[in-house]
This record gives sequence, C-alpha cells and structure tokens, in this order.
Amino acid sequence: MADDDRAPPFTVRISGSECAVRDGLLQVLGHIRNLNLSSERISAIELVLAEILNNIVEHALTKTHKRSDIEIQGHYSDRGLHLTVLDHGASMPAGRMPAALPPDVDVAVLDMPEGGFGWFMIHTLAQDISYVRADGQNRLSLLLALDS
Amino acid sequence: MDLTSSKEPALQIVTVQDQRIDASVALLFKDRMRDVTEGGIDTVLLNLNHVQFIDSSGLGAIVAAMKNLSPDRRLVLAGLTPAVDKVFRLTRMDSVFGVFSTVEDALAELQR
Repeated sequence: MADDDRAPPFTVRISGSECAVRDGLLQVLGHIRNLNLSSERISAIELVLAEILNNIVEHALTKTHKRSDIEIQGHYSDRGLHLTVLDHGASMPAGRMPAALPPDVDVAVLDMPEGGFGWFMIHTLAQDISYVRADGQNRLSLLLALDS
Repeated sequence: MDLTSSKEPALQIVTVQDQRIDASVALLFKDRMRDVTEGGIDTVLLNLNHVQFIDSSGLGAIVAAMKNLSPDRRLVLAGLTPAVDKVFRLTRMDSVFGVFSTVEDALAELQR
C-alpha cells in the first residue's frame, strides 16, 4: 500500500492543552494528506486521534505539573497507519485502558449519558489497541485501516 | 462559538456557524445554547450543516442541551454532515434525537 516516498513516518509534538489538540490534529492530517484517502477514512482517523488527545489532556495531564507535552508517532505498514501517542501524565486507572462499552441510550432523557463515548468510538474505529505504562510514560498504540 | 437563531411558527431554529464542536468549545456551546433558547417554548431545531467535525465532548454537549430543554421542549437535529452523522450513528444517539436531513425537511415534518 503506502510506499515510503509517498508516506514517510512522522512525529508530531504538541503541548498538552485543549487548544493544542486542534493543532496536533491538523499536523497529523497534513502528514496523511498525500495518501488521497476517502473523506470518511480521514474523518475516522481525526476522530480517533481527537478522542485520544482529549483523554490525555483531560485525565492524564491534569494531575501532573512536570512534562505536559504529547508526542504522536505515525508509520505505515500494509495493514494501515500505526499511531503511537506518548505522554508523561498520570497513568490510566489501575494501569489499564477503560472498558469500551457502548453508551446506554435506552434510558429516560434526563438519564441520557453526556460522556463515555470516547473509548467506545476508539475501540470501534481502530484495531490492535494497546496501552503500556513504563518509566513514567503512557504509551498508547493502535492501527487505523486506510482503505474503507 | 457562534450560534444564530431564527423563528418559524412553533419552532426555533438554532444554526451552529462554527465548523467544529469539539472539546475546546463544548462548554461554550452549552452556555450559548442555554442563552439563545432561554425563555422560549417552542421545539428547537439545531442546524448542524456547517459543522464538519464533532468529538465525544461535542456530542455530550448536544445531549446536555437536550436535557436542559426537557421536559417542556424538544431538541431535534438537521443538516448532519457525513462525519457528524457517523458519530451519532456509532453511539446510537441518532435514535435519541429526531434527525432530519435538511432544515426544509424538518420544517415540512414538524409544522404539519
């Protein structure tokens, strides 16, 4: 699929803030622009990465005052785009990824969930998701198919 | 977060003028929705035809707006672009809201 000339590996670094997330997404979308993906594929990649970055900013980095930068690494294989996202914030609860249960929408309006969609969407749209906590660093890796 | 509002018989149309409802503007969206719908009684039609991207925080903010309007007023949606429509379908939130393809469709249906 993607040969190295057309799609070299990339690294994007952003500061760990809500405003920087948009910038990080734009940078990553810039790196995959030459692949001529369908708009549906591009949207899925943007959504998965947005959920990951938002989780880091909202949960991992709120309790830390040391390094608050986030690094996004991307490379390609014949299976698709492999993304690894690194941060130095707090570990995920119990050192594990949260469960990816679908939101329960069969409830009364006032009980309708306003959150908990993020991990569900990540798990629905990406494959080979793994999380490792090591050396004070969170390392989340996943695979995004490039053909829809 | 730029929301504009117009009135039709028995209907208030709120149009999101921004291209994104994401985590960085979700709170602002909730506040602005509260402001523009305050004091009204009609069903609110949220026109999302300019919105090209929504994340889970943006989706949560729209759910919060619906809850804020209930039980007296409904919130229905129109003009979902493909990326926005996908998020609603993935999370099954399309089954919670009335969803119309265009504002014109919604007007025809809701004002019958």
